[in-house]
Amino acid sequence: MQKTLGRFTLFLRRRWYIALILVLVLLWLLNHARQNPQLFAQFVVDGLRLGFVYALVALGYTMVYGIVRLINFAHGDVFMIGAFTAYYASTRWHWSLIPTMLLAMVVCSFLAVVIERVAYKPLREAPRIAALITAIGVSFFLEYFTALDFVFTPNFISFTPLPIKFQSWDVAGITVSNIMFIVIGVSTFFLVLLYYIVYRTKLGKAMRAVAWDKPTARLMGIDVDWVISFTFALGAALAGVGGMLYVIVYPQVRTFLGVMPGLKSFIAAVFGGIGSIPGAFVGALSIGMIENLCGAYLSSTLRDLIVFAILIAVLLYKPTGLFGETAKEKA
Amino acid sequence: MKKSRFRFLGQSALFWLAVLAVFLVAEWIVMPRMTEFRKVGWIIFPCIMAVIAMGLNLIYGFNGQFSLGQWGFYAIGAYAAADVTYRFAARVTYPVQGIVFRLPPVLQRVIPMAQVELFHFDAGKSALLLGAVLFGGLLAGLISLGFGYIVLLRLGSDYFGIATLGFTVMVQVLLINSDRVLPETKGARGMIGIPQMTSFFWAFIFLIVVVVVMRNIIYSSVGRAVMSVREDEVAAQAMGIDTLRYKVMSFVVGSLFAGLAGGLYAHLYAFLSPLYFDFVKSFDPMIIIVFGGLGNMTGTIIATFLWALTVEGLRIWLPQGFEAWRFVVYPIALLLLMLFRQQGLLGRRELGFLRAPKWPLRKTVAEPIPEAAEAGAPKEGR
Repeated sequence: MQKTLGRFTLFLRRRWYIALILVLVLLWLLNHARQNPQLFAQFVVDGLRLGFVYALVALGYTMVYGIVRLINFAHGDVFMIGAFTAYYASTRWHWSLIPTMLLAMVVCSFLAVVIERVAYKPLREAPRIAALITAIGVSFFLEYFTALDFVFTPNFISFTPLPIKFQSWDVAGITVSNIMFIVIGVSTFFLVLLYYIVYRTKLGKAMRAVAWDKPTARLMGIDVDWVISFTFALGAALAGVGGMLYVIVYPQVRTFLGVMPGLKSFIAAVFGGIGSIPGAFVGALSIGMIENLCGAYLSSTLRDLIVFAILIAVLLYKPTGLFGETAKEKA
Repeated sequence: MKKSRFRFLGQSALFWLAVLAVFLVAEWIVMPRMTEFRKVGWIIFPCIMAVIAMGLNLIYGFNGQFSLGQWGFYAIGAYAAADVTYRFAARVTYPVQGIVFRLPPVLQRVIPMAQVELFHFDAGKSALLLGAVLFGGLLAGLISLGFGYIVLLRLGSDYFGIATLGFTVMVQVLLINSDRVLPETKGARGMIGIPQMTSFFWAFIFLIVVVVVMRNIIYSSVGRAVMSVREDEVAAQAMGIDTLRYKVMSFVVGSLFAGLAGGLYAHLYAFLSPLYFDFVKSFDPMIIIVFGGLGNMTGTIIATFLWALTVEGLRIWLPQGFEAWRFVVYPIALLLLMLFRQQGLLGRRELGFLRAPKWPLRKTVAEPIPEAAEAGAPKEGR
């Protein structure tokens, strides 16, 4: 038994069969693309759209994990609050897109900083499991408190009218809408902005220093608590934008909205190597794409199964995720 | 007085008498005074939950492997056992005529029942339940052996947690789609028609057996090896401990417990739905063991009952019109608990028979200590 399993695990460590599987999958996809190129392109475009939303949320997970080693389960619910803010701003007060987005960002950042100060900061020296349980507690609280009748109610609420007028065009058989351009444009803008902040400013340098080594960063005169709060705020602002974009794409809001996208984004962050910013981006695009193509060509009910199976396979192949080599250099 | 030599599962006659006393007090005196809802929610269900939590405590509390897969194995055990009884329950029956006697009115003040039944049960159905539950547990254990061996070889700490979380989600998705293979599970609609057979008796028996087995594992050389992996894996390896083996072992045993608990759960409400096996619920056992103190068996049991009392009790205690506040109050309690008592209810202190036995327990100590040997130190076959 032991010997057989040992041989099996040795087999798992071989690299060539991974390449073989990848080639087979690619061939299979190419076959589908050849049969109906327009449909395939449509799925790819939709996958990209979803992937960019996941990317915005995944960055929050990855930055927070990189800096305090906490799987912030409440992040998906901050995302939900962003969606609700967008809903109120655009349907009740008839704000246009950009003010709605800014409001969602501000509300989410504020909420995240409050959560961090109240729930996580006192537990910074505690065992990590305590902070994790707290994160789950905060997540439950946000979900069920907002589901109360005098807050948002537990119902599905449809998001009409949208802050922008829906328009779609037919380009070579593929339906593209202005919403898709907005999602990809806004996400790209924020991703570039985040990249600039983290890698080109002094604050970003402080963030990377804190992620690397907290006591030393403190000795260098960095206000560690402030930097951590800033990281939470930055991640939450991106989640707020993500929430707004998500409900524009799928126009329905609900207080449990954040659970599944939150989990998927988290998976995306792990997939790309948790703690790494480019990893989260690539991971999110892959997860969005895998999810859409699986739903299209394999089985829509078994989609989550396949996504998680691929995640586990990737982790087994490279335990720190695709971009995990920079595991030490967390940002 | 000479100590009795009687041992069953490594425990003395006194211990088993105490267990019997607790059982009879709960069954005859406490439970008849409760409504059906409280009986199930406060006594029977926590017994099942304690079994899962004990398993997770072995995996995370004692062995240090952060696992969120417990809920997936629980689901596997539940569906496997339910499927077995669903197929055979109508055919297997063998009633045993036991003793049924009416209680005199004086005794009825203490035991509020008209009659007491002794050995009056359906042996066929009981054997079927036992077999089904064991089958669920073994299936969960077998799957965890394969999964654990492959995953634990490569992954540790948070990544293992994420992989097991993925496992739980995968199991749920499979259960939603299970009606393609097994039509009786009815997929997402939920499985009905499972015979309702889990009584307090069965839940209690399984809890006691699991607790005793856990205690015997923990205070043996295997248990010390398991704990050494948690304390420092590299040092454990340097001491010649096959860390992978002990990690897989505790994962399999913990998952097996979860599978057993699943089998009991399936026959408790006689209804199974994939919605119940959602990954969000997989944090419940984790919350319980952190609440009870990681690596603390007494704490786990007490914490399970307190947790059930709170979660189920909030349904009753909250005033009219505030029922939806249940999961608002619960996370606040959780937060306060984590802020003020991170080490758990009891910390590292064990109570009662779960305390570590006195040091020279066996004769395998380097230098045999004569008086300990003469005092009749229990010989545990190993």
